[in-house]
Amino acid sequence: MSSATPSLVGRVLRRIEIDVRLLGMLSALALIALAFNRASDGVFLTPRNLYNLAVQSSVVGVMACGMVLVIVSRHIDLSVGSLLGFAGMLAALLQVDGLLAGSRLSWPSASLIALACGGLIGAAQGWWIAYRGVPAFVVTLGGLMIFRGSAYLLTDGRTVAPLDPGFERLGGGIEGSIGVGPSWALAGVAIIVIALLTLRTRAERRRHGVTVPPLWAEAIRVGLPVLGVLAFVAVMNAHTLPRSDVGRGLPIPVLVLIAVGSSMHVVSRATRFGRHVYAMGGSPTAAARAGIDLRRVTLVVFTAMGLLAGIAGVLTSARLGAGTNSMGTLSELAVIAAAVIGGTSLAGGVGSVAGAVLGAVVMQSLENGMVLLGISSAVRQVGIGAVLVLAVWLDTVWTRRGDAL
Amino acid sequence: MTAARVALCGVSKAFGGVVAVDAVNLELTAGEVLGLLGHNGAGKSTLVKMLSGADPCDRGEIRIDDQPVSIRTPRDARRLGIETIYQDLALADNLPVPANVFLGRERTTRFGRLDEAAMERATRDVLERLNPALSDLHRPVGQLSGGQRQSVAIARALLFEARVLIMDEPTAALGPQETGQVAEQIERLKGEGIAILLVSHDLHDVFDLSDRIAVLKNGRLVGHGPREALSRERVLEMIIAGSVVGGDLPPR
Repeated sequence: MSSATPSLVGRVLRRIEIDVRLLGMLSALALIALAFNRASDGVFLTPRNLYNLAVQSSVVGVMACGMVLVIVSRHIDLSVGSLLGFAGMLAALLQVDGLLAGSRLSWPSASLIALACGGLIGAAQGWWIAYRGVPAFVVTLGGLMIFRGSAYLLTDGRTVAPLDPGFERLGGGIEGSIGVGPSWALAGVAIIVIALLTLRTRAERRRHGVTVPPLWAEAIRVGLPVLGVLAFVAVMNAHTLPRSDVGRGLPIPVLVLIAVGSSMHVVSRATRFGRHVYAMGGSPTAAARAGIDLRRVTLVVFTAMGLLAGIAGVLTSARLGAGTNSMGTLSELAVIAAAVIGGTSLAGGVGSVAGAVLGAVVMQSLENGMVLLGISSAVRQVGIGAVLVLAVWLDTVWTRRGDAL
Repeated sequence: MTAARVALCGVSKAFGGVVAVDAVNLELTAGEVLGLLGHNGAGKSTLVKMLSGADPCDRGEIRIDDQPVSIRTPRDARRLGIETIYQDLALADNLPVPANVFLGRERTTRFGRLDEAAMERATRDVLERLNPALSDLHRPVGQLSGGQRQSVAIARALLFEARVLIMDEPTAALGPQETGQVAEQIERLKGEGIAILLVSHDLHDVFDLSDRIAVLKNGRLVGHGPREALSRERVLEMIIAGSVVGGDLPPR
């Protein structure tokens, strides 16, 4: 691979048109998992731990999907942790004390209001950045303080509990998964969608006379994700409810992450808006000269980010079973780190939703694995910080020699 | 004589108290190359920005095919068939070739999904005429050579059937061989009936490529005429001294 001519592996990968960077991250994740599994005498790779890992990853994962677009468009959002706290607190407070408290609609309406609030706050921040020209760093640093304070003011610092059991299902606890049958059904749907999308792309490329990858390459491209889906669902189903052999199936927060992740993936890769976000990150001047309204793009990006922080807030308070003041503290940094570990360039223009979600899983795996090994939280911080720097360094090395592949 | 494709009638633009372009009258016919010369700060880029919609003019009128038009945004200009190839080419280096060619005008399917296959096909078709050697369209354009990048920028203008093409310093960043390619491409575009405004401070390029030459100095048009009627010395004098049109120029 070090020579100028592409190696066999490189040629095969290019032929399959698989994202090499993503593949590298998946291998890194596999190595981390195997290492922790060995060190924890097989605990890391038990269905129970993987189920927890998936649920733990979902909150940061959801927000990382939005942070990718924020960073790709050359901005940053430091307010998402506080926004998460504010929205989570609002959802908790409204279902306990709101107008509809006690009714069946209480927790759904509280959650929707929290989401809407997240979106509105995101839009407000985006407006200051896009139409008032205040740098995103400043606006969202202000937001970090404002919404942390506001979350406190909502209840004067009280913790809000207990919450509606229906709401708590969103957190992925004992009642928070959809069961074995529905999980397999969803897996089936996912596989059909993957296959249909691939077939449609082939048909479209044929129709326009554009080269089509060979069938064996397409088989690998479809086969790997399909195996992934099946393996994931099998593991989630293998984790059983306490004192029974009833499998849990896919946890609801993970379903939320999958829904958010696939929508954001489609938005970023297959819509004009997504294309404009990347163009703006690559060259704002070029994008403006092409007639793209950069301010509108910025506004929409921050609105989406706010909405996702709102979703993360609902998931967090549902998981805790309470609204607390510390929810989401410092999670803006975890989200940014996840996006960056996932290959998002802080210079803008480069990054992918899939990478950011993987980045979130990598971060959570390190955290989870070190907890299993009984490592103190101080040492865990040191470890994760070092991995962040290392990952970005590896990525720059990789990018520099990317041409040789 | 047929109506000019583009006519600038007394257009002016001031920034604060500084007049960048001062009551300029200029015409451009289909299938001709007008070379616009002048020092840095003579008003060339301001004139380009007026036509491309980056910075609308304060006073005066722009007419296209004898119809007065209003160009306030890049979108307006593109809708009128005015395409601009900027000196820096205005490419997003992180995106592949078709994405750059269709930037801001992406084709979508019925459901609003980007129609990548259609865009790749159309890009290939245009590039086949322009630069057949450029075949790997999936690489980010940041990895292409100067000449290839130039082809991408020209492809962008061609694909949308430009009627007026503004080329801002098209050869500034290129080697001799690539400059030759650009000359060929300009000839071809002329043949397709496109009116080309070639903006440059390079006397040689302008003399090699233009049918007519116009010179700006301190925002004013200080001279213009057919290339055959002008000597290099005379044009140089206009650029430097700004001496106004002499007797050796036929009136227009």
